[in-house]
Amino acid sequence: MATKTVEYLIRRNPEMGVDGRPVEAPVLPMGVDPELHGEHMIINIGPQHPATHGVLRLVLELDGETVVRCTPHIGYLHSSFEKLGEYRTWNQIVPLTDRMDYLAPLIYNCAYAMAVEKLMGIEVTERAKVVRVILMELDRIFSHLLWLGTTAIDVGAFTVFLYTFQERERIYKLHEKYTGARITTSSTRIGGMMADLPVGWTDDLRDFIDTFPRTLDEVETLLTNNQIWIGRLQDVGAIGPEDAINHGLTGPNLRAAGVAYDVRKDRPYYDYDTYDFDVPIGEHGDCYDRYLVRMEEMRQSLRILRQALDRLPDGPINVSDPRVILPGKTDAMTDMESMIHHFKVVMEGIKAPPGESWFSVESSKGELGMYVVSDGGSKPVRWRVRGPSFVNISTLPKLVEGHLLSDVIAINASLDIVLGEIDR
Amino acid sequence: MSENFKDAVEGLAAGPAASDAGAGPGRAAQADASSHPTVAALREAFGDAILHHEVQAGDEHVVFIPADRNVEILRWLKEQPGQEYDFLKDVTAIDFGGGRPLQVVYQLWSIRHRQGLRVKAELPLNALEIDTVVPLWATANWLEREVYDLFGIRFRGHPDLRRILMPENYAEGHPLRKDFPLRGRFSRLEQTRRALQLDIESDYTPEELAVGGAPSLPGGPEAAGAAGRRDANRP
Repeated sequence: MATKTVEYLIRRNPEMGVDGRPVEAPVLPMGVDPELHGEHMIINIGPQHPATHGVLRLVLELDGETVVRCTPHIGYLHSSFEKLGEYRTWNQIVPLTDRMDYLAPLIYNCAYAMAVEKLMGIEVTERAKVVRVILMELDRIFSHLLWLGTTAIDVGAFTVFLYTFQERERIYKLHEKYTGARITTSSTRIGGMMADLPVGWTDDLRDFIDTFPRTLDEVETLLTNNQIWIGRLQDVGAIGPEDAINHGLTGPNLRAAGVAYDVRKDRPYYDYDTYDFDVPIGEHGDCYDRYLVRMEEMRQSLRILRQALDRLPDGPINVSDPRVILPGKTDAMTDMESMIHHFKVVMEGIKAPPGESWFSVESSKGELGMYVVSDGGSKPVRWRVRGPSFVNISTLPKLVEGHLLSDVIAINASLDIVLGEIDR
Repeated sequence: MSENFKDAVEGLAAGPAASDAGAGPGRAAQADASSHPTVAALREAFGDAILHHEVQAGDEHVVFIPADRNVEILRWLKEQPGQEYDFLKDVTAIDFGGGRPLQVVYQLWSIRHRQGLRVKAELPLNALEIDTVVPLWATANWLEREVYDLFGIRFRGHPDLRRILMPENYAEGHPLRKDFPLRGRFSRLEQTRRALQLDIESDYTPEELAVGGAPSLPGGPEAAGAAGRRDANRP
């Protein structure tokens, strides 16, 4: 695996030295008024706060400016998707999935369809597999770009946000061209996709792949060796590998702590083992390493996208399984059996055999597990989503304790959470 | 207006119906223990405590264990050399309805050995209690809180067993249980009334209140409402 070492120049509080290189400025001890000493204060961040990235509320107990305890309060956006899913047929659940993580909707669409297909024993076509890999990698970039822009804003760099959102807009356009929607894509169906890729879509994607690295390089020159960026992120919110696993961190947050666990490598799905890509890992487990890991992941996603476009086979996008796929429109209009078949699939919904299945994919935030339990009917008995953000944000109290109040913003941003999925 | 029509309208008010395929998933056939190295080792170490072993969806191994020995067996799975299931992916529960026992589901994964195992414990509806696994995996903290909130299963020894997604003063029960109607137990009017009744104290944990004191609304204690109004909000 190619490694890239970034020099850790300084610890905290950088200042320009005489030779132009940054030096560590002394941290002057603050005088503490003895009367105020030991008084703890409770403050709320959120639920309405731009730096909580959604309706998250953090109650912080402060000693001066140091966080003694942090209690996240969630649930403000709770819409009980899992309960709703029990009242919907298998295909009707797809629109619920992209409303969870609206920053990477296609990954959630695909993961859900994969879980049900596994339960039903359906193997999707080669073309559908590659198309799904393309969509998932595209949305990994999509989500990391939002993370990059908003984190930069939280830490005080506004320019990056404009750069990344310009690129995101191009991915939005790709979403729109394929699915008709920018965020609520609902693109998968059990057994395939809602439609084949439109004419010219792959050319647009190639255009994006060819021009996007330039923006990425530009952003990297703005941030990677930026003294403010380094000062705010290096050595902040660090967690060791054992602790990270024990707290259930996944995705870039876990890999930044030095654990090379990536579902695409450890339990490959959709022939990810045949794609040539690296899994970047960090060594300090702090916010800065999370940044580096995500930047590298975007480049690796581009590599996967190029390979997937090269191997994109022709052929049908949907399986020819009458249990799940509707007959053609002409057949349904002219042939009696096809019409009955069409009617039954639409009115009764498809039926999954009794049993259960769990499917994990590597989402942009971490390991996304879809767990479906069926009793043989057209609706699930239980549909459970193991959301990576939900577990990652539960680590926040451990990460922020002992840090300064201003670091809470940086650490929270570095975890890359999406509240729609935390609250579900 | 016929009675049938009225029934139909009332049915609409209850919302769509959940799956009613009936028989429901019983246990799948007993699988061959030698098909998964961990299950074979478990059988050797715990004997009859491994109640059932089945394979779902082709390659997912599920092991049923007694609810009162969950910590012992899970600790063995986590710490026994050769097993080392160090990553707890998920804790959740399943309610099949019809008075059947609830299942608590642990999804385990061993990062070193790259293999997974699903462990289930069944709890009868009249004894929804099981020991917590937070001492083994810190990630179980929030996951168990979620199960408690949505299914009403109590985790003995949990350090902070509060509701997590629903508000602390939520009095309608546990939403993911099959006997919980989709639109809640209370009328829309009652739900709105409760939502509008402000109880700031319930937005904080007891420790936070001990440090910060009782919160008040801008405008002084009068604006926050009298004590009686807050009590009305409690179930």
